[in-house]
Parts: sequence; structure tokens; C-alpha cells
Amino acid sequence: MKVRLLAVGAAVLALAGCGGATDSAAPAESAAPEARTLTVFAAASLTDVFTELETQFERDNPGVDVVLNYGASSDLAQQLVNGGPADVFASASAATMTTVTDAGLIEGDPEVFAQNKLQIVTAPGNPENITGFADLARPDLQVVVCAPQVPCGAAAEKVEMATGITLTPVSEEPDVRSTLGRVTTGNADAGLVYVTDVASAGDTVEGIAFPEADSAVTDYPIGVLTSAPQPELAQAWTDLVTGADGQAVLTGAGFVGAP
Amino acid sequence: MTAPPVTRRVGRSEQAAVGLPRFLWIPAGLAFALIALPVVGLGLRTDWPRLPELLLSEASLDALRLSLITATCSTAICILLGGPLAVVLARGRLPGLQFLRSIVLLPLVLPPVVGGLALLYLVGRTGLVGQGLELAFGITVPFTTAAVVLAQTFVALPFLVVSLEGALRTSGQRYEAVAATLGASPALAFRRVTVPLVLPGLLSGAVLAFARCLGEFGATIAFAGSLEGTTRTLPLLVYLARESDVDAAVALSLLLVVVAILVIAIARPRTVAS
Repeated sequence: MKVRLLAVGAAVLALAGCGGATDSAAPAESAAPEARTLTVFAAASLTDVFTELETQFERDNPGVDVVLNYGASSDLAQQLVNGGPADVFASASAATMTTVTDAGLIEGDPEVFAQNKLQIVTAPGNPENITGFADLARPDLQVVVCAPQVPCGAAAEKVEMATGITLTPVSEEPDVRSTLGRVTTGNADAGLVYVTDVASAGDTVEGIAFPEADSAVTDYPIGVLTSAPQPELAQAWTDLVTGADGQAVLTGAGFVGAP
Repeated sequence: MTAPPVTRRVGRSEQAAVGLPRFLWIPAGLAFALIALPVVGLGLRTDWPRLPELLLSEASLDALRLSLITATCSTAICILLGGPLAVVLARGRLPGLQFLRSIVLLPLVLPPVVGGLALLYLVGRTGLVGQGLELAFGITVPFTTAAVVLAQTFVALPFLVVSLEGALRTSGQRYEAVAATLGASPALAFRRVTVPLVLPGLLSGAVLAFARCLGEFGATIAFAGSLEGTTRTLPLLVYLARESDVDAAVALSLLLVVVAILVIAIARPRTVAS
């Protein structure tokens, strides 16, 4: 009997201990009424930009804590559709935003606040002497792209269609960062990633712009959720992102500003 | 000379003496629910009418075929290399054997993606061995089916080694000692006595390794890449499918669960029940 109590007690303690971290935050908030939390779900490619804007927003809105949840847009969309709590959703593709709007979760129409374009990425100094998109079809090159299921892969497919050039990649990576990683580690000669990824990789890679990238521009839409606990703050965040300050940070990171 | 019979007789009274304390049922039930219920959830979320269409697409058949072929190859390598390693670990008299054993267990505790990165930095194009392979023979390992097999073998090897080493230790060395007194060489005693004796342990280890190979994701994606028909195994396809078609991802997950249960159910109980 004693053993049973001990075992059950230990299990309960273990569960309580694991779950306690999130619960304990609630009473602290109600004690200070002016403290508010704005939850923003954002595409992973916005990490640098939104983290910078978070500082500015928290400075302009005292007592507000911005909680940023970064991830693949499709994962975030699934989390929202399955009841994930958020005030704002910023997606890296119009298609994933549609998943959320179709579920009736977005207030009004989402607004496109930035655009991204593909760029060829190679080792520093461009050792394979790649000058344009057509070079990626060269049989002597190990080329990596994103899989068509993810936005950067869909964009790559669009460029292939527009140019009539078919690539034979050695791998179709599940996200743009692992595509970039193949080139930074030297395991691939060239890859197709976003301009912003090339910018964030700094000196470890070289980016080569190509005119055909204009045929596959990726839109970044932002929207306030209908169930937002902080609708005013959500609108204020959206205004910051689409306003002059937000646009400056975005273009600084390599994004093309709002159309 | 044949191996002596190894059946042990357990009397009725001896069995009855080992009771099952009733309080164990509650945590045991919870533990089982923790494993089984998420899989039930997967079944509930499945789009059953679309299931055949989702499973019979060319991409999923390619991935299933690749998964089965690579898991079979990897398991064979696990037996060929891991079998002898288990014997050395169980029977060898070397200083530092304990340390060797903990190295062998590393893939069990490391995140698989770390294993993938480690392989990449060893046999990738800029890796220690990979650079030489490329210069001398023009061989590039990442992005090939061989890379998938290598990644799977890396993560699955400890499962075989641990199972087999356990079987070797449990069986003891009495029969081999008898064989030796009867004039059998170590090689003959190993072949005719040791191998038949630990065959169930080897089989259960191989099944575990095979199941682990089927589920391998992290090391494969980090090291081998993902290309339909070459490196995109079933777990990689599940990961990719959930980006665009969650129903397809769930259907493929269910397929993976069914294959894994089949593999374990067919080979496991026989080896444990003995």
C-alpha cells in the first residue's frame, strides 16, 4: 500500500513538475494588469527581422511582452488550425496563409508586407564559375534545391517552367536552410535559396542574382487572428511591420519591400 | 558433435511462487497508454477513404521500396559487423573493453541528426575520408543510396550489438568449455555451439535493428539528402508531405506504423517467449 502511494505520488509529482512551467506564468500576469503578451507566429525566415522589431515594439509599448514563435509556415498554419493561440500570423507563402484564412481564422484580408526572390548560392569566389540559371543544369555540378512541397522549392520549379531548363538536383531538401547548409559545408557546388538566406550567410557563400528569379517572387502575407486575445496590439504590430520602420529593417535583411 | 539441448524446465510450483503485485498494473497501464494512444490518434486522424490513393502514389511506393531495400542492407551489415563486435565485447579480454562498450552505445543516446552530421564531416566531400575518396576514386558518398545505408547502419548497430551481447552473457560459456575439452577448436566450438545457442538473441537484435532502420530520419536527412528513388525513404517523405498535404503525411505515418508492428510481431514474440 505504501509502495503504491509512493509510486502514484512520484508519477503525479513528475507530471506536475513537467507541466508546471506554463501554468505558473498565469497568476503573475493577473497581478500586474498592465502587463500584456502579444503572441506572433512567424515564418522562420523572418527570425532576424522580427527579433529586431520586437525590441522596438517593446520599447514603444511598455509592459508588453512580444512572444515570437518561429517555424516553417506550414507547421505554424497547422498549429493555428489546430487551436494554437496567437494574435498575429506572418507567413512566408500565400498558400499557407490561405490554409488559415480558409479556416476563418484571419480578420479581414491578409496584407503582403514583403517579398523574397531566389538567388544562386555557391562557395565564396564562385569556384565553378556559374554565371546564370542555365549553368545549374551543367552535368558536372552537384546542385541542391528545395523540394517542390516547400515554398522555396515551388519557386524553383516556377523558374524551371519559365525558362524551360530542367535541373537534376542531387537532393531536394526539406527547407531552405538545409539547402543553404549543403553549400556552406561544401557538399554541393550550388543551390537555389532566397536572397535573404544568402545575406544572412555572410562571407561563407557567394550569391549570384539571375533575371529569371523575377518569375517566381514569394509573397509574405501578415494577418491578425479573429481569436486574438490582444487585437489592438496585433494591429499595432502589423502596422509596425508594414510601416516605414518595419520596411527599412526588412529591406536591410535583403527582402524586397511591400509591393 | 551436436549442441546440447538448452531447454530449462520450470516446475508449476516455481511459476506460481512468482506473483504479480497488483499495484504495478496502474503505472504499467499508464505506460502502455502513453505509447499506444498517440498511435490510435494517428488512426483517428486518417482519411480512410483516400488512404489507397495516398499510399499508392508513385512517390510513396518509391519511398517504401527504398526503405525496405536499405533497411535490409543495413540490417545485413549490422549482422555481419555487429555480430562479431558483440562476441568481442562479451568474450574478449582487452583492457578498456568497458570504454569500448560505451562508445558502441553512443548512437543510442545521440540525436540521430548529430550522427548524420558526424558522418557528413567524415565522408562528406570536404570530410576527412570523403575528400580522399573523391580525389582518388571520384566517389561522392552523400546523396547516394549507400549514404542512406550508412546512416541507418550507424543508428541501428547498437540495437543488434546490445541484444546479442546480452544473449551471449546470459548463455554463459559452459557449453563451449565442454566442447573445448572434447577437442573442438575455438572456431568449431563457435560455429557449432555458440552460434546456435545465441541465434534467438541474434534474431531479436536483427529485428530491432531492422525496425530502427525503417524509422531512421535524422541521420539520413542530415547526411544522405532527400531525392525520390535515391535517398527519400518513407520517414523523409512523411516529413516532406506534411508541408503540403497533411492527410498524405498521416497516411504514410500509418503505413510506417503498420510495417513496424508487422516486423516486430512476426519475429519478436518467438524469440522472447522462449
